[in-house]
Amino acid sequence: MLSIRNIVKQYAGHRALNDVSLEVESGKIFGLLGPNGAGKTSLIRIINQITAPDSGEVYFNGEKLNQSHIERIGYLPEERGLYKKMEIGEQMIYLARLKGLTRDDATKKLKFWFEKLGMETWWKKKIEELSKGMQQKAQFVATVLHEPDLIILDEPFSGFDPVNAELIKDEILELNRKGATILFSTHRMESVEELCDSIALIHKSHKILDGRVKHIRNSYKNETYLVEYTGEPLAFDGSQPFDIISELAGEDNSNTIKLKLNNSNTANDVLQYLLPKTRINMLQEVIPSMNEIFIEKVNLIA
Amino acid sequence: MNKILLIIQREYVTRVRKKAFLIMMFAVPLLLAGMTALIAYVAKDNNQITKPQIVKVIDESHLFEGKLKNAKNIQFIPTNEPIEKAKQELKDNEDLSVLLISKDYAHKPVQFFSKKKPSFTLTGEVENQMNEIASTNTMLANHIDTALLNQAKKNRVNVSAMEVTEAGTKDANVGASMGVGIACAILIYMSLFIYGAQVMRGVIEEKTSRIIEVIISSVKPFQLMLGKIIGVGLVGLTQFTAWIVLSIIATKFAGNNSSSGIMGALQTLQTIPVGYVLGCFLFYFITGYLLYSALFAAVGSAVDSETETQQFMFPITLPLLFTYILSVSVLFQAPDSPLAVWLSIIPFTAPVAMMVRIPFGGVPDWQLGLSMFMMVVGFLFTTYVAARIYRVGILMYGKKASFKELSKWFFYKE
Repeated sequence: MLSIRNIVKQYAGHRALNDVSLEVESGKIFGLLGPNGAGKTSLIRIINQITAPDSGEVYFNGEKLNQSHIERIGYLPEERGLYKKMEIGEQMIYLARLKGLTRDDATKKLKFWFEKLGMETWWKKKIEELSKGMQQKAQFVATVLHEPDLIILDEPFSGFDPVNAELIKDEILELNRKGATILFSTHRMESVEELCDSIALIHKSHKILDGRVKHIRNSYKNETYLVEYTGEPLAFDGSQPFDIISELAGEDNSNTIKLKLNNSNTANDVLQYLLPKTRINMLQEVIPSMNEIFIEKVNLIA
Repeated sequence: MNKILLIIQREYVTRVRKKAFLIMMFAVPLLLAGMTALIAYVAKDNNQITKPQIVKVIDESHLFEGKLKNAKNIQFIPTNEPIEKAKQELKDNEDLSVLLISKDYAHKPVQFFSKKKPSFTLTGEVENQMNEIASTNTMLANHIDTALLNQAKKNRVNVSAMEVTEAGTKDANVGASMGVGIACAILIYMSLFIYGAQVMRGVIEEKTSRIIEVIISSVKPFQLMLGKIIGVGLVGLTQFTAWIVLSIIATKFAGNNSSSGIMGALQTLQTIPVGYVLGCFLFYFITGYLLYSALFAAVGSAVDSETETQQFMFPITLPLLFTYILSVSVLFQAPDSPLAVWLSIIPFTAPVAMMVRIPFGGVPDWQLGLSMFMMVVGFLFTTYVAARIYRVGILMYGKKASFKELSKWFFYKE
């Protein structure tokens, strides 16, 4: 869908993007992660042809990115905004027509969306008369009204209350099911595991990690397990087939230990060692969250 | 191209639909018509005495007795009442006044008493008649034949200004040309400012409301800037057209049923080639507007709020302001001076300077042609420069822009 190759973007004082390459697969949800100021917005602006890279290329469905692709991209910028004094219906139609829709087509689609999101009564309202959350909803509609193949969302959930954030999330997932490719940037990791098929992590203008979320998490497994047992707290003398990372006493006489395998032992060895000693409630492999990977990676570079 | 049309349409429609626009459209001609009517009325009122006035004359010199002739609405009544008593009577009657001529009227001022300040026409009439009588008296005293003198006075010479042009001589109504010249200068100066500032405000609005990023993900910054400039310009042209049409209707209406004053003014205006002046005005408004509004747009893109525009506005508007001040003070007196010629060729000052010169007529074709050519070159140049600053500026937030910064933006690559 989108192939970003060796993008370099230099600003007066600093380099915003340094040789960044990415592949966004068609029909997937792609997360662009990174701390504030990493260069996410710069990259998004290049994909939207708001700015041009100093070197490197972007390919859209195999074609070099050009003006004709604008109409197939929907963009929700991080800083939201609409014409304050313009009526909302008229404004949405204007924005859709700028994306190449006819007036009739835009009106029809807008009616559908307004009904879907319960905004029918807003048509004649001016933006300044709406609450902030309502404005965000309207802007989301403006982003997807022309049924783009690629939807780019910069920090889509910021500014939404939890109810509306959930609503928008569902809409994003539905659009994705209908075939739209979604690219969104965020620094909030919780949403990533829930939504994204693949991610790229950008830090200080470099891409430091990318791939499928599952693969990344699996590759960051480090033979760590959680074990919960009921009974007297066990004492370990060093002969056990693992190292203790942490121990925690829970309620009802239960204890949880976090352990790391040593000497090429397996989870089976752990159970074998523990079974005669206590009653096991649970054994679970610890897969690092994206958040942990993110922090680890960023700290590693810093 | 299609998208520019869409932008023009939005800019135009949202502005024309505003109440302020409609109010301005009707209010300005009404205000002008009202002011003209008021001036005509006041002038008329001052010139003519509407109510009969009685002037009691206490003539201590006895030189004027019976010689003051009643004029329209003015009646002179000689009296021997003491001055104090006459003054008492004044308090009850507004239309009564007392003229006191002392014995030694040549050295002691003649006094005119009334309850209110007397109108200029009344005192003027009295003064004229008394001067006439006094000089006749003096001449008689010196044995000069007044009959001969009266005849001699009939030889009045009238100087009429004629202008020699290739087409033959014509009336050169200098007053009307000056009036129209200055009016054009003021009008073009103000409209460049008003509509230029509207463009700037529009750009700032888009920038501060942050819609700019949504728009320029759909169109190029240059398209947006051009669309905005053209849209606002069309609003200006609509406004002017409406004013001209309404004024024609208003003067037709006023001309049918009223005063010779307005008709007289219209008559003098006809000595000026209206079509030619109007055509030039439109050309200089359009090109001048394109030239300046592009700069205004660049300024708007460089700032985060209107209060920050000051430092950029001043140097941009300086040439315009300078020409404007020169125009209304000096240029209209010497429309063909080298300074006026130069100013009317430099694009930044030409709209105002040329519009002062045009109503006088006689601007050589080559000067007009060169000036117009320079205007077109000028606006293409400023639009190019402005567009390069604009495309960077609209995405810059929280950076205090300086001229140095702007020049850096100019050289940025895409």
